Amino acid sequence: MKTRGQIRIKDVVKIYDPEGAAVMAVDHCSLEIAAGEICMIVGPSGCGKTTLLNAIAGFHSINGGSIHLDGEMLCGPGKQKASPGSDRIVVFQNGALFPWKNVIDNVTFGPVMQGKLSLAEAKDKARSMMADAGLSGIENNFPGELSSGVRRRVEIVRALMNDPAVLLLDEPYRALDSLTKSVMHESLLDIYDKNKVTIFFITHDLQEALFLGNKVAIMTSRPCKPKKVLTVDIPYPRNYSVVTDKRFRELMEETSEAVHEEAKKSFAAGEREG
Amino acid sequence: MIRSIKKYLTSSSTRRGIIAVIIFLLFWEICSRFHLWFGVQVPWIGKIPAPTSVVQAWIPLLDDAGYWSNWYLSAKRVFSGFLFAMLIGIPFGLILAINRTAYGIIFPTFEVLRPIPPLAWVPASIIFWPTAEMSIAFVTFLGAFYTIVINVLGGAQSIDQRYFQAAKSMGSSQWDIFKRIVLPGTVPSIAVGAAVGMGITWEVVVAAEMISGGGSQSGGSGGGLGFFIWNSYLGGSYQQIVVGMISIGIAGYISSAIIRSIGEYFTPWTRR
Repeated sequence: MKTRGQIRIKDVVKIYDPEGAAVMAVDHCSLEIAAGEICMIVGPSGCGKTTLLNAIAGFHSINGGSIHLDGEMLCGPGKQKASPGSDRIVVFQNGALFPWKNVIDNVTFGPVMQGKLSLAEAKDKARSMMADAGLSGIENNFPGELSSGVRRRVEIVRALMNDPAVLLLDEPYRALDSLTKSVMHESLLDIYDKNKVTIFFITHDLQEALFLGNKVAIMTSRPCKPKKVLTVDIPYPRNYSVVTDKRFRELMEETSEAVHEEAKKSFAAGEREG
Repeated sequence: MIRSIKKYLTSSSTRRGIIAVIIFLLFWEICSRFHLWFGVQVPWIGKIPAPTSVVQAWIPLLDDAGYWSNWYLSAKRVFSGFLFAMLIGIPFGLILAINRTAYGIIFPTFEVLRPIPPLAWVPASIIFWPTAEMSIAFVTFLGAFYTIVINVLGGAQSIDQRYFQAAKSMGSSQWDIFKRIVLPGTVPSIAVGAAVGMGITWEVVVAAEMISGGGSQSGGSGGGLGFFIWNSYLGGSYQQIVVGMISIGIAGYISSAIIRSIGEYFTPWTRR
């Protein structure tokens, strides 16, 4: 039913500093994400997950393989670096709302820049999307005046205003406390339910991954590639009581071993480097 | 407005400030009236005229147009030097920040010239510029210029990469990124640089006026608060030296407050 937002990652290789230290960050990584799917990428810190995200977003080049979005090549042979575009919007770990613009100017930024909507039209759309997300009454505030949880939600609305095929989320809830996090998860699923956009979500929190995702890819520690890809067969809409379900716990048991293994490897590697 | 002034006047930090100033004045008064304390001479403060005699010297000056023209002349030099420093320094810093080639060509020379104190430029600029007035303005300009450029450059370079990436993803052109990310992202640093630069211009203008005689010999208009202090020193009026010093303090305070409030006006998002 959903035709936009299919990602095909094939044999992607990324080497940092190829002439010098030649650190292999991503090694022949392949992953298929269906249109309208929430794909969770789980792996230890510094394993190369963000490198993959940057390659899709077009912030970094790759050294081999290819990435296709809806059959079109973003990067691959002959084109090392994808061009950033409004079909792939990143929500950053520390947030990237422009501090000097108030909420409404932040949210309307994309469509106005692309010339898709006039400022007035963009404001109308922004107001209704923010109302949908339960974010009314803050449009004239600066991001610095909002709590970090509200800032993340505003940023996701800003991303959706671009009508992207894919949302790329780079550990967006990492800095939040666990109570706020659970609220954020439900609000993200609510947004997903309304927009059915493909979500590429990086995290190192397995419970978060299983709660949100319908596909979970557990990555190896550097160099990064999928170690185990599984489908979470718990139907949407999900609410937070899911985490105590039998099926959820079975999935946790199935996967936590693999995640723990990689975490240990990454830790050991870190000790060597240090 | 009136409420906020009232709040300011009755706040505990304002009260502390006022009390501290009064205690300081009292201490100064006592020290300069009694040169010897238990047979020991009070160091430097004992040699300075007492606040009451300073005020006595000041009161007739308040009516003296010559005194106020010194204020006017110094302020004019400070603000013209400062204004040119802003007008040239901000674009200059921005070009260094966004253009690698320009940075490579200009920055080394800039870094060699920067440590030279503005006052070291005084003799050269007296030779170089046709009037003393212009040489004072030039030295004042230099005082603020380096600070402003360094702040603009540092501010623009420290804008987080994420903002550029987000703007690019959302379809911004290079010009949009400059106008909507680089410029607003640098404004807080410009405000800081301007406030610091303003302080330096006052330091510089006073010294420059003393050294170049306020432009009087070279047919300039002469005067200025620095010249006033120097003249009082030559004339042996120690009270007036202190009057001049405090006048500069007040003038600098007012200028900084103006610059700070302009800065706050342009950076509403940094207000807490």
